[in-house]
Amino acid sequence: MILARVVGTVVATRKDPRLEGKKLLILKPIAPDGKDEAGYVVSVDTVGAGFRERVIAVSGSSARMAEGCKDTPVDNAIIGIVDDVHLD
Amino acid sequence: MYLGRVVGRVWSTVKHPHLVGQRLLVVQPLSPELENRGKCLICTDCGGAGTGELVYWVRGKEASFPFLPQEPPVDTTVVGIVDSVHLKGAPEPATVPAPCTEEDALRASPEEDALPGSGEAEEGALSGPAQSAKRANARKPSQKA
Repeated sequence: MILARVVGTVVATRKDPRLEGKKLLILKPIAPDGKDEAGYVVSVDTVGAGFRERVIAVSGSSARMAEGCKDTPVDNAIIGIVDDVHLD
Repeated sequence: MYLGRVVGRVWSTVKHPHLVGQRLLVVQPLSPELENRGKCLICTDCGGAGTGELVYWVRGKEASFPFLPQEPPVDTTVVGIVDSVHLKGAPEPATVPAPCTEEDALRASPEEDALPGSGEAEEGALSGPAQSAKRANARKPSQKA
């Protein structure tokens, strides 16, 4: 899983029917100390994350095991909202 | 599977129900020579690994297998704690450095204990607890003097 922060949303009218009703968020991966990393990813929100929140995102076929994503063409899903990151 | 070192933990309250009770570890991937390689990841844990330990982790759908029959949506899991790594041609097995003791941690100053891979590292530097222990041991003679 990766740490990321929510930077935007995606609205799509024409899409796979199995994605109807799914909230699509744009995530920017971050390092554990909070610095932005390169790239971005569009992810399906399954926990109700909001703008600027830090989240945990899972990728690959495991994303299909997130809530409401069974048998959907999803390869990235938000599975948690981060309360705290502690580095030693 | 890949080698890595646990460098921290993540806490999350709002998350998928199958992740309730799961420890989330921040893992820095390592090469077989135990050097930092790539970005830090968040992994679930099925072996009781702690911060500073050398571990090996698995990626992909297989990362959810340790928790069967539940199928948590995880794609990286720490599945073992490494005792030693032996590379062909190396003179001795690369053993895990002794974890930093509490005394060493108290002696080490905060600005010196930078994360592995962050900032500039001196040539041949060890990472994590080994670095702290090495610095603490280096300071010991001067304290006695």
